[in-house]
Amino acid sequence: MSKGSPISPSLMATKSPGAHKAPERVERPADAGVDSAAVSPVLGPNNVVPPTVMTGSQAIVRSLEELGVQDIFGLPGGAILPTYDPLMASKMNHVLVRHEQGAGHAAQGYAMVTGRVGVCIATSGPGATNLVTAIMDAHMDSVPIVAITGQVSSGVIGTDAFQEADIVGITMPITKHSFLVTDPNDIPHVMAEAFHLASTGRPGPVLVDIAKDAQQGQMTFSWPPKIDLPGYRPVVRGHSKQVREAARLITAASKPVLYVGGGVVKAHASAELRELAELTGAPVVTTLMARGVFPDSHPQHVGMPGMHGTVSAVTALQQSDLLITLGARFDDRVTGILKSFAPNAKVIHADIDPAEISKNRTADVPIVGSVKEIIPELTEALRLQFEAFGTPDLTTWWAFLNNLKETYPLGWTEPEDGLSAPQRVIERIGALTGPEGIYVAGVGQHQMWASQFIKYERPHAWLNSGGAGTMGYAVPAAMGAKVGEPDRVVWAIDGDGCFQMTNQELATCAINKIPIKVAIINNSSLGMVRQWQTLFYEGRYSNTDLNTGHDTVRIPDFVKLADAYGCAAFRCERDEDIDATIQKALEINDRPVVIDFVVSPNSMVWPMVPAGVSNDQIQVARNMTPEWEEED
Amino acid sequence: MTRHTLSVLVEDKPGVLTRVASLFARRAFNINSLAVGPSEVPGMSRMTVVVDADGELIEQVTKQLNKLVNVIKIVELTSESSVQRDHILVKVRADAATRLQVTQAADLFRASVVDVSTESVVIEATGHPEKLTALLSVLEPFGVREIVQSGTLAVGRGSRSMSDRALRTA
Repeated sequence: MSKGSPISPSLMATKSPGAHKAPERVERPADAGVDSAAVSPVLGPNNVVPPTVMTGSQAIVRSLEELGVQDIFGLPGGAILPTYDPLMASKMNHVLVRHEQGAGHAAQGYAMVTGRVGVCIATSGPGATNLVTAIMDAHMDSVPIVAITGQVSSGVIGTDAFQEADIVGITMPITKHSFLVTDPNDIPHVMAEAFHLASTGRPGPVLVDIAKDAQQGQMTFSWPPKIDLPGYRPVVRGHSKQVREAARLITAASKPVLYVGGGVVKAHASAELRELAELTGAPVVTTLMARGVFPDSHPQHVGMPGMHGTVSAVTALQQSDLLITLGARFDDRVTGILKSFAPNAKVIHADIDPAEISKNRTADVPIVGSVKEIIPELTEALRLQFEAFGTPDLTTWWAFLNNLKETYPLGWTEPEDGLSAPQRVIERIGALTGPEGIYVAGVGQHQMWASQFIKYERPHAWLNSGGAGTMGYAVPAAMGAKVGEPDRVVWAIDGDGCFQMTNQELATCAINKIPIKVAIINNSSLGMVRQWQTLFYEGRYSNTDLNTGHDTVRIPDFVKLADAYGCAAFRCERDEDIDATIQKALEINDRPVVIDFVVSPNSMVWPMVPAGVSNDQIQVARNMTPEWEEED
Repeated sequence: MTRHTLSVLVEDKPGVLTRVASLFARRAFNINSLAVGPSEVPGMSRMTVVVDADGELIEQVTKQLNKLVNVIKIVELTSESSVQRDHILVKVRADAATRLQVTQAADLFRASVVDVSTESVVIEATGHPEKLTALLSVLEPFGVREIVQSGTLAVGRGSRSMSDRALRTA
């Protein structure tokens, strides 16, 4: 492993004096193309609103409107009640969820597909704590959401008042930032700051906790407010010396790999990535969070790395002499045992978050900034390098990788119990729906199969809970995605375990005409846990049987459950019915569809790098490691 | 493990101490001492945090501290490039027989006696942490009743100010 050099502030690009007055070149969603928005850190059209007297709760609603918010997910309660009154008169669309966790995940799904900040609202105490899982999920996966919570009146904060919880304290380690508002006059600038923080730099969740008396009190509203965040200055432009050094390393490398993470999706930099990839000719691996940011069909794509990655992607990283890391963070699910990860590789690491660089793996060339800016600069620098020194010859490297791709393609073995293979169901959903669909997974085996067997050709088409691994993410996140992109087909590919954690949002979907499609990959068990029990606990299936599938009592009966929620509902138990059932679901667009795909509980996710070993120990099937004699 | 002194310029906002302290706690660092007070800039506080940690870990924590929205700037102060002082109040047993010895010991350390009773004296001393440790060991035989100690305060040597550049682009 290379020793590398630590990142220091001197290697970060500094703003020129007076830069605070110049337009901040922060990342913006494509649709925020209003000119004034580009020069102001306040999101939205920056309408000028002269000082107007109103209540704090009116100011909350007005601020959200001025910030350009169109959709909100929430559930009212005592401490947020004042705000729900003016919300009723607003043009904004409020979706009433059945559980606050659903509001949080819906805001995430909405943000992931639109690039805009997702908004969720809950009341104090248990309403706020029900948001915690979604906030943590958004924190792990860098999803821009703003969570607004009611708080008990400022006079009784700290007295264990009814429905009081110190939600700012509870969420401190899992938010990008948080605010407690007790003065209604603070509302406009706090709301603008919250949206600015959530959407710029490394995106993330921001909590705004507003005391009930601040909602009820009178204040003077004016817009746009002044944003005062002297400690928040995300570096966006990469240091040009570092970019040139990266170009020099790429020119000298014989086994380079573009290790691409979710940051490239968040930065909307897939076009820039493709240009860089095609210039270098290097293989590209897309992590679980980056699936689709580089087309699966592209010949340079060698797959997803990590615990359940393809042999070609995992081996490309292991054998590489240069990792060109873009918006990825060397997560343990990707690296396996860290000290044995890519032992001969030098590391270029570009990320907007300086704290990610050299956190797990020391970077030889750290570049702090947005990949949206860094990638084109790197492409330009490389062009000059290649003109001067020639394009590197990667023939041997590609011969090695192509051989792996051909020898160890993704696939599955048919179950011996006569039940359908879950992989086939998922593969067919992807094939019949196509790359323009949106696919949202829960967590577990079905999530891995959905990342493996659906072909992703565009970013923002694949949503899942990557860092947090939150069971129950799929249904509410799919709901949020459908609200954000109503014209796209949105599939929640869920497990029978995950589905039972948040399926009450089917009511929200049915009543609000949010016609998502839910494919329950029903193997009647907590499948991934069961797989580990099969492999590492001698098949002792402790507490993983859910009794929802074939030959069980079927509690609950998913078809009856979905029917009760006003959804179209089908059960599919045979291979020959799979296509027809998916087609039927694709034709229904006036209500949600739920399909209970009864599949084998014995199918397992392969390839797999068992936990706690080197990635070199990847298994393509049980106790089967690839033959490595061709490696050098 | 080495000792590091971090000087942290922060916004004077509620919860900022918790945010800083919990970041150290999350990384399982033990804060050796912590001193907070107003700085030369209105609305800004200056914290001096002393921790024992490996160099690489302290760099990671520094980067994570920098991510806190209320944190303006962080500087690591080495003992050569900075002046570091602790402040201590010690209540020592001292009766008519021993009082003179106790006050002489205090004089040797340029400490001053700030309270006297028939049974004890309170000694106030300022200095580098090592000097205060030495003072305490000299006072120990007389019987130390109470020790109250501030966190280490540290400021860089020379004319530069930590807030000079930090706030220009704010």
